[in-house]
Amino acid sequence: MNLAATIRATPAMACRPWSRHVVSPERWAALAEEAGLALLALWGEAQAVHALWRDAAGMLAVSLPVAEGRYPALSPRRPGAILFERAIADLWGHAATDAVDARPWLDHGRWQVTAPLSPRPPARPGGAEPVDFAAAEGLDQIAIGPLAGGIAEAGQFRLYIHGGVVARAEVRLGYLHKGVEALMRGKSPRAASRFAARLAGEAAVAHGIAFARAAEAACDVAPPPRALALRAVMAEAERIASHLADLAALARAGGVVLAAGPCERHREAMLRAAAQGFGHRLMMDVVVPGGLATDLAPQGGEALRSAVASLAGDLPGLARLCAGLARRLAGVAVTPPDTVSALAPGGPAGRAAGRDGDLRRAPGYRPYHDLNVPPPHETGGDAAARLAVLLAELRDSARMLRTLLAELPGGETVAALPQAAGEGFGWAEGPRGDIWTWLRLEGGQIAGAFLRDPGWLHLPLLAAAAAGSDLADWPVLRASFGLSQSGMDL
Amino acid sequence: MSGPPWRRLVGNLRTRPAVLPAPPLEAEAVRDLAARLAAAGIRRLGRGLSLHALDPGSCGGCELELRALAGVAYDLSRFGLRFVDSPRQADVLLVTGPVTRNLQPALVQAWEAAPDPRFVVAIGDCGIDGGVFKGSYAVAGGVDTTLPVDLVVRGCPPAPEEVLEGLLLLLEANAVR
Ligand code: SF4
Repeated sequence: MNLAATIRATPAMACRPWSRHVVSPERWAALAEEAGLALLALWGEAQAVHALWRDAAGMLAVSLPVAEGRYPALSPRRPGAILFERAIADLWGHAATDAVDARPWLDHGRWQVTAPLSPRPPARPGGAEPVDFAAAEGLDQIAIGPLAGGIAEAGQFRLYIHGGVVARAEVRLGYLHKGVEALMRGKSPRAASRFAARLAGEAAVAHGIAFARAAEAACDVAPPPRALALRAVMAEAERIASHLADLAALARAGGVVLAAGPCERHREAMLRAAAQGFGHRLMMDVVVPGGLATDLAPQGGEALRSAVASLAGDLPGLARLCAGLARRLAGVAVTPPDTVSALAPGGPAGRAAGRDGDLRRAPGYRPYHDLNVPPPHETGGDAAARLAVLLAELRDSARMLRTLLAELPGGETVAALPQAAGEGFGWAEGPRGDIWTWLRLEGGQIAGAFLRDPGWLHLPLLAAAAAGSDLADWPVLRASFGLSQSGMDL
Repeated sequence: MSGPPWRRLVGNLRTRPAVLPAPPLEAEAVRDLAARLAAAGIRRLGRGLSLHALDPGSCGGCELELRALAGVAYDLSRFGLRFVDSPRQADVLLVTGPVTRNLQPALVQAWEAAPDPRFVVAIGDCGIDGGVFKGSYAVAGGVDTTLPVDLVVRGCPPAPEEVLEGLLLLLEANAVR
């Protein structure tokens, strides 16, 4: 029996749909050595750290009580743990022993307290610390950001250049940190879901769904079938809009401006249809714990149907327009296979490198289990493969959206949530990948929360793909990952 | 909501500034803005406005709508509006989101880099007072905690046409002067 199975067989804390196992420091660290286990998330609480793992047998949630402010680092074996460990130190003050990188991440020395999520945050001594990049001798440096031109979210990138080639890329985020977990605390799941919808604008629906499912799991409530179907309608409309925006950005960065126009027009049409159907272009605050805040408007189904039919009709032409772009992107910014297997990223970036991480393919996930979400078919891991995934997923989402709209069940759209205590996990497949949410409710209010955006794994993946790439390819490289920073800045 | 009347105006504006100013409040708003433009010594008739987007803490939703506005669907060039990539070329800074403490210095730097006179338009409810993020340890507040704000466009996020209405109001005020 491997370690994951051994731990699964031990008694556990009540948490739905997977129980949470308190482990010893030895087992906590030993999990990082296990082959076949992917680390999805790592987060803190006042007295503990938690990790969410997955293997072929399913999910494994483990917790370790923090002793004297320390816990064993996972980062020596798991590069994906580095950013989580830095964030936990900044937010909670728990230090990871033997961490690969102990520099601050979210805390730039500008808050009035340190460890703001800890029970009694100490006042900050002294002033701001400068943002800290690793030294690199003998290399030219290009600094980009944090406010970097274009219409983009804030983030700071430093490229270390040797002879026109990027030797290494370093990223510094945390600029957009808004303290979402602290804002959620003490609020009802319904009130707190507004923050989930505003964690990352491009995934307002998907984060809303993951959050709602976590609250529903904690309260052991199932939303009505119509709510589940309409959530999927919104999730696919959001995916279509986001993929079109990412394609347009990629086409512009790659100099194939002709392909950007149709993407932008169809995206606009999709958002207007969403506004007709759900009263908001980005469909914020429609998903609420228990179901939906509003039903689909009477004319909304027709608006969505016609937007998606028009898109589907233009997709073959769009694919032809993108053929030249695909040639330009071939071999550009390849995600190194060893990094892909170490990080186990999901989303289009993971699927472009052959990872089958699409949560819509999870067994028994309604209503997707009837929709035949296809397995990934790209393996190249270059920008051209990411482009191909976006195009293929547009086709798939358009098909699913039409099926969903044709087969909408009737009935209620919301189930009441009791004022319960409990703990739950929720998840959803967002436009950029898998989203995981953990919630603890006490007396019907949020006592703890962690929202894991796909960006946590995509950022190190992007940095690895940048190493060895042409400096001239940086704009298409950025665009091909479609990364947004707000979701991981919390 | 406190502040000069044009602030309230833009949130309620549902018609093109071309058919304004009809209600007294809105006429007053345009005059007020025009006076500010005059005070700033702006002479930009006939050459439109260069826009630069700054994100000091947005959730990304406001950026999505600004990108939509910059795309082919809205064709800004017919209004004499265009997005530029640097604050150094900008007449108008479109500032999205609350101001996080971590981005406050960079926001000030970008504003200082823009040539004087420069107009600051706060985009979205967060830009007014921090929106849902108000009161967080990590958020300083609305855009006016850090920069002088000339115009506010409400919404979470405001739709592209609402941002456009605000920008056309700026142009209109310039013409009224
Ligand atoms: S106003 Fe709304 S969409 Fe804009 S940054 Fe704030 S939360 Fe996001």
